[in-house]
Amino acid sequence: MTFKRIGLAAAAAVVLAGSFAAAAPVAAQEQFVPLLVYRTGPYAPNGIPLADGFNDYMQLINLRDGGINGVKYAWEECETQYNNDRGVECYERLKANGPTGASIINPYSTGITYALIERATNDEIPVLSMGYGRADASDGTVFPYVFTLPITYWAGADVMVQYAKKESGGSLAGKKIALVYHDSAYGKEPIATLERLAKEEGFQFSTYPVAHPGLEQKATWLQIGRQLRPDWVFMWGWGVMNSTAIKEAAAVGFPMEKFMGIWWSGAEADVAPAGDSAKGYKSLNITGVGTSAPVFQDIEKMHADGKGIADKANIGTVLYNRALVNAFFYTEAIRVAQGEFGEKPLTGEQIQWGFEHLDITQARIDEVGMTGLLSPVKITCGDHEGGGSAVVQQWDGTKWTAITDFIAPRRDALRSAYESSAAQYAKEKGITPRSCS
Amino acid sequence: MFYREAGQFKTSYVADQSIFPIRQDRIALALFGLVAVLAVPVLASNYFLETIFVPFLVFALAAVGLNILTGYCGQLSLGTGGFMACGAFFSYKLAIGFPELHIVLVFLLAGLGTAAVGVLFGLPSLRIKGFYLAVATLAAQFFLVWMFNKFGWWTNYSPSGVISAPPRAVLPGLNVTGAGADPAVKYLFLLIFVAFLALVAKNLVRSRIGRSWMAIRDMDIAAEIIGIRPLWAKLSAFAVSSFYIGIAGALWAFVYTGSVEALAFQIDRSFQVLFMVIIGGLGSILGSFLGAAFIVLLPILLSNAPAMLGLSIRVETVSHLEFMIFGALIIFFLIVEPHGLARLWQIGKEKLRLWPFPY
Amino acid sequence: MNPTALRFGFWMLAAPLMIAAIGLGIQGLATANSTMFFTWAFFLEVLLAGLLQGVLYSLVALGFVLIFKASGIFNFAQGSMVLFAALTMVGFIEMGLHWTLAFVVTAGVMVILAVVVEKVVLRPMVNQPHIILFMATIGIFYFLDGFGQTLWGSDVKVLDIGITKESIFILEGVFEGGILVNGFDLVAALVGAALVAALAVFFQYTRVGRALRAVADDHQAALSVGIPLKTIWAIVWSVAGIVALVAGIMWGSKAGVQFSLALIALKALPVLILGGFTSIPGAIVGGLIIGAGEQVAEVFFGPLVGGAIQDWFAYMLALAFLLFRPQGLFGERIIERI
Repeated sequence: MTFKRIGLAAAAAVVLAGSFAAAAPVAAQEQFVPLLVYRTGPYAPNGIPLADGFNDYMQLINLRDGGINGVKYAWEECETQYNNDRGVECYERLKANGPTGASIINPYSTGITYALIERATNDEIPVLSMGYGRADASDGTVFPYVFTLPITYWAGADVMVQYAKKESGGSLAGKKIALVYHDSAYGKEPIATLERLAKEEGFQFSTYPVAHPGLEQKATWLQIGRQLRPDWVFMWGWGVMNSTAIKEAAAVGFPMEKFMGIWWSGAEADVAPAGDSAKGYKSLNITGVGTSAPVFQDIEKMHADGKGIADKANIGTVLYNRALVNAFFYTEAIRVAQGEFGEKPLTGEQIQWGFEHLDITQARIDEVGMTGLLSPVKITCGDHEGGGSAVVQQWDGTKWTAITDFIAPRRDALRSAYESSAAQYAKEKGITPRSCS
Repeated sequence: MFYREAGQFKTSYVADQSIFPIRQDRIALALFGLVAVLAVPVLASNYFLETIFVPFLVFALAAVGLNILTGYCGQLSLGTGGFMACGAFFSYKLAIGFPELHIVLVFLLAGLGTAAVGVLFGLPSLRIKGFYLAVATLAAQFFLVWMFNKFGWWTNYSPSGVISAPPRAVLPGLNVTGAGADPAVKYLFLLIFVAFLALVAKNLVRSRIGRSWMAIRDMDIAAEIIGIRPLWAKLSAFAVSSFYIGIAGALWAFVYTGSVEALAFQIDRSFQVLFMVIIGGLGSILGSFLGAAFIVLLPILLSNAPAMLGLSIRVETVSHLEFMIFGALIIFFLIVEPHGLARLWQIGKEKLRLWPFPY
Repeated sequence: MNPTALRFGFWMLAAPLMIAAIGLGIQGLATANSTMFFTWAFFLEVLLAGLLQGVLYSLVALGFVLIFKASGIFNFAQGSMVLFAALTMVGFIEMGLHWTLAFVVTAGVMVILAVVVEKVVLRPMVNQPHIILFMATIGIFYFLDGFGQTLWGSDVKVLDIGITKESIFILEGVFEGGILVNGFDLVAALVGAALVAALAVFFQYTRVGRALRAVADDHQAALSVGIPLKTIWAIVWSVAGIVALVAGIMWGSKAGVQFSLALIALKALPVLILGGFTSIPGAIVGGLIIGAGEQVAEVFFGPLVGGAIQDWFAYMLALAFLLFRPQGLFGERIIERI
């Protein structure tokens, strides 16, 4: 009885103490970045290397360069478990941290991005949704605070079709292409673009939705492998759906070389469970793979000195590199903004200016030692996508290797698609698009 | 000593049947109301208002709805997520289709629509009982989420299937939806709305309908024998419950998150509301509020605890510990007081009546 | 004759007839609506794949049935027990043990877990209403989730114990091209069948099994005959834990051992409901019906409504059966008393 009473009293006291959220103190001369990560939960195998990449790059900038022109990074991780509610809570708690507030938000979750776009625009904090989120946010006149560089899902679909066309001898007329997709906002993104391309290129396009979380794909692959027998299968999967799809595809005997996933279906965690049957599986990637770029020597040295934060096994993996490039993008944006506003911690509004004047050329990429990790991007007020490209990579059983150069999507039709979708959003929300002259 | 009703005489039946017959209760409630309406919006930070009070109120409403069905009528329901999705999408279509309609009317109409859906999925309850009934509601859950996901009409054919709440004002100039809404305005609107609906619920469960629900819960064959029609009682429980849950879903989509896709109302949501109801106390309106507070606050508290205590623990360890402590706390509470937090509150009040005497 | 055996026999005869009828029905629809694809070979392929998948569901459902039978609790934590068992086994394999040894050690871990659960959770909550006990198992679910991830990490783990992944073609003489059957699914089905047979023997012919059945019938009567209730509960949870381990191995080999494995329990729910909460043959039959029905519906009717209907179709199927038999196909008839 006494234990019961004491236990109850203690529990009551703790709960009543409330959630007086105390965030870590940030020094006056530091640029604060909140890191929304998912190191636990169903997508942890993908979230861990992403978080590691961010941590390592910001640590590298602080230690190797002494910060960006003397302004060091301060960051705090917040666990979202890939859950929208948590993501919003993390954002609200951390957005005012640091001398100038949060610099940037990269939630790495389409759901959280959708939830945060309005809030971040209101709070004037740029959202960097690199290769995920709303594709139509590439229209900077309607989405001033969202940046989708270097490439969006719709553009990725175009790249896949281009590659398939090249592999099919230059023409897709009469061929059959199937899309296996996660039945959610994320998975449905490319359908409109692929339907348009089907009309243009003359291929037959079929869609196969997979219910969340994607553990059940027998029926889907029986239909694809035994009934439709397409020439190409594209996949927009995430998490356990990817590995299950590869296994089921192998079980029905679908050739792996004709199976291509988007960049979120092309990480080590996706192919490892399938083992040998995944050999030959292809996917897109927005960043280069491996550790050949010169910047990795600095990272290795940092780890050798014991100052590295990431798990060493993750260095050079697909998602680690992606986070590295992501961190590089906003570092460059801050650098450009500092050129305009001075070498001090900047506000979100100023960093947004920096983003809109971002011009990363191949020369600059070589200068910072990231050759081969990314393609040049140039962002303007109206174009928040930046004209980046994607590369096709293939799994050989032990690692990913790029089998093409960076392929550029054909952006004219894509641009008008972005603009019309963004215009519909603006109409629904009652937003007046700003002018970008 | 203080909490006594000596000297308080009731001179009318109406006064005798009031919800808070003891004057001290009414004073406490009035004080609480004053604090909630006047002090909190002014003193609490935007973070508190936006991420703690707003979801608490929305989930409290959903918990009240589920409590009516599971706690008062005894029909186990796991379809809460699907009904919340109904409320959200119905109100979206109404708000977009009839832009002049006041937002409160939109919510109420969406609730009525959800009530109709709830009655439809409640029909199997006339034949199936107990845990097996959970399957009918699960069918509702999965089917509804699939329906809203699959058919573009619900999301105005947006390419990604996400609905974004249009900005609407409850009084001219006071937006409660959309990004420009002031958190204090949102909080006050929700407070008044939810308090009003909870009052309606409290009166419903104390009325003849509520008693028929409780009779069905306790022993449905005996209830039928004494003349309570099970069809009417069960379906009305489903209808009222879905009404509340639908409005909660609409509020969640419009006032709290602003944009939502059908997948946000998955089975986890149903379990979350069920936990609130069970931890808070089945068959108690106050319990719904307490349970909602527990489930909304505890994860936030646990994830902030290391920072509060000054420890620096890795983020994923904190997250794992959160799961473990959450599970352990549920078990602890159930061992200590299986009837939920509302029963603890009741015991507290009883002890207070006798204070300073032990018995 | 034993009513369960009669019922079993009836379904064994009726099932092929129903399958033929459904096939003919779909063929009729396909000829009427020429966009639908139907060949008997493909239909049988889908059906077979569904049946095998159904056995995998039954493996998970078995754990639920065991615990519900003996203690009347619906064990929500079964999903996370499957995950925890698979994680532990992979952990031991990674430490260097051969998989058979790892299996034995993990089985031991599950026994310890069962004893702890019985002492800490079940004993203080004797005689509480079922919904409270259900809630307690939810608490165990969260605790095991966090605990498993703390011990073994959140990365996806590969579980490979050498089960073939090759697909084979059968009946090549009868149907052109043959019918594709996945080797892994076949092995999993055999394992499931073996497990069910073992459990049936255990319940029918051993002392402990009889004691378990006595406890399932009536706690008080069992107590009065001298059966130690608490020990029986610990045994039941251990057996359920080992069943979870087998299910975890099968599913983990299929999909990789990761957090999403805990969601398997949701797929097993319609099986449980259809077969009846208290029946082991019900879990098997329910699994077969749900598995086959799900796949056939998804492949042949899914495209008509946009696809991805597996989830709700399984529940609708279970619901349809429940309307005719409110306690599941093989469940105990609910006798209402006032």
